[in-house]
Amino acid sequence: MENFKHIQTAHCENGVTVNLLQQQGMDWMNEPLAFGMGSGLFYIHIPFLKVNGGPAISFRSMPGSIFKRTCKVLNVDVNRKKFSSKEAAQTYLDEKLDQGLSVGCQVGVFHLMYFPKEYRFHFNAHNLIVYGKEEDNYLISDPVMETTTTLTAPELEKVRFAKGALAPKGHIYYAEKAGIITEEMIRKGIVKGIKHNVRDMLHIPARAAGVRGINHTASKVRKWRDQVGERQAGLFLGQIVRMQEEIGTGGGGFRFLYAAFLEQAAERLGNDKLIRISEEFTKSGDLWRDSALQMAGIYKGRITAQKDFDHAADIMNEIAALEKQAFQDLSKLKLR
Amino acid sequence: MKKEELPQDKSALEKFTREVCYVKGEDGKYVTGLSTGWEAKAAALDNQWEEIDRRVEEAKQKVLNGEASPILYFFELKLMDLPVLAGYTGFSKWSVKRHMKPHVFKKLSDKKLQVYADTFEVSLEDLKNFNV
Repeated sequence: MENFKHIQTAHCENGVTVNLLQQQGMDWMNEPLAFGMGSGLFYIHIPFLKVNGGPAISFRSMPGSIFKRTCKVLNVDVNRKKFSSKEAAQTYLDEKLDQGLSVGCQVGVFHLMYFPKEYRFHFNAHNLIVYGKEEDNYLISDPVMETTTTLTAPELEKVRFAKGALAPKGHIYYAEKAGIITEEMIRKGIVKGIKHNVRDMLHIPARAAGVRGINHTASKVRKWRDQVGERQAGLFLGQIVRMQEEIGTGGGGFRFLYAAFLEQAAERLGNDKLIRISEEFTKSGDLWRDSALQMAGIYKGRITAQKDFDHAADIMNEIAALEKQAFQDLSKLKLR
Repeated sequence: MKKEELPQDKSALEKFTREVCYVKGEDGKYVTGLSTGWEAKAAALDNQWEEIDRRVEEAKQKVLNGEASPILYFFELKLMDLPVLAGYTGFSKWSVKRHMKPHVFKKLSDKKLQVYADTFEVSLEDLKNFNV
């Protein structure tokens, strides 16, 4: 593709969403809008799932849901396909590229050669864009990278058919041609995104999900030192911090990204109250960073007393209270 | 977080990329900034790798002591869990677990062992004789 524009974003799925929708003429689309319309903010301490014996936590909604929901609120049809045959997966990709489309692909990162080795775990919900082919090389736009890159056909096949949890199975997707998107539709999309997010964070009847989930994790943090010992407990905290702050989050467990979305929403909806609530999410992001610093003090072995674990948990309780209030305030606004 | 507070610490991302973060610009509005990394999370990643090294070493000792087959060692070395190894080999999770026992491993056909060798990206000989 000659006119392909690489867009670097904090989060891979946001990036792919922005790029695929801009391709359909929505040049106003940007990362915070995609994230907010797709109601990407979340918290869940995933029950029954352990990562290295420790907690599995997500600060965002299910993989794939941001693209799906953003397209849905804008009435854009999504075309997606998974494959059992590797050959069929490549043929289909080549066809789409020949038609001049660039497409989103779900991939595993373990064999993703342009990532630093330290980041290559068996994580299968990464997303990138394939935007062309030159001889045997596929042209790749990975939204978390500063520049575009390439993969050979076997390299691309390997990551598209990575195995394990959330195996991509060659998953390929793109947005169908969209009709005219009016300002009114954008505003409605923003409101729908906010409402969905309020529901996810306040009203899921499970103690592990939404703002209650944050307190749920906090109560575990208080117990770990006794239950598994300082070293292991430190590793668990490190796991939380990585899920919260690693590349792809925009910082503070996606909270800064959500604050940026509400700031844009305030402008588009002409509602100044949203600015104040945006400030609350900035505070929340800052508190998540404080909590990460406290936890880092523990896993670096600088402070390891029970009161240090308690302090980390206290910050999380404070965050839960703050986010609960912020989402309640959002739910009370008469948005339109 | 303000733009000037965005950490620019050393991390494993060096020479690969910088990451986008959302920060407050001078006029109090959100802008994006690029960060080379943050020490607090770099330490978490370092710890994770120390833990992986520890587990790999533990697996190695188990193989040398005859308590586990080489499959356990390469499984740890390649950061796998059971669904991952079962996925790549096509064997069931239950079988994979059994193949980690030395007496079961000894009886495995070369054909099956080759599947493991390919998955672990090592030669059949190195897998069989545990040349590491």
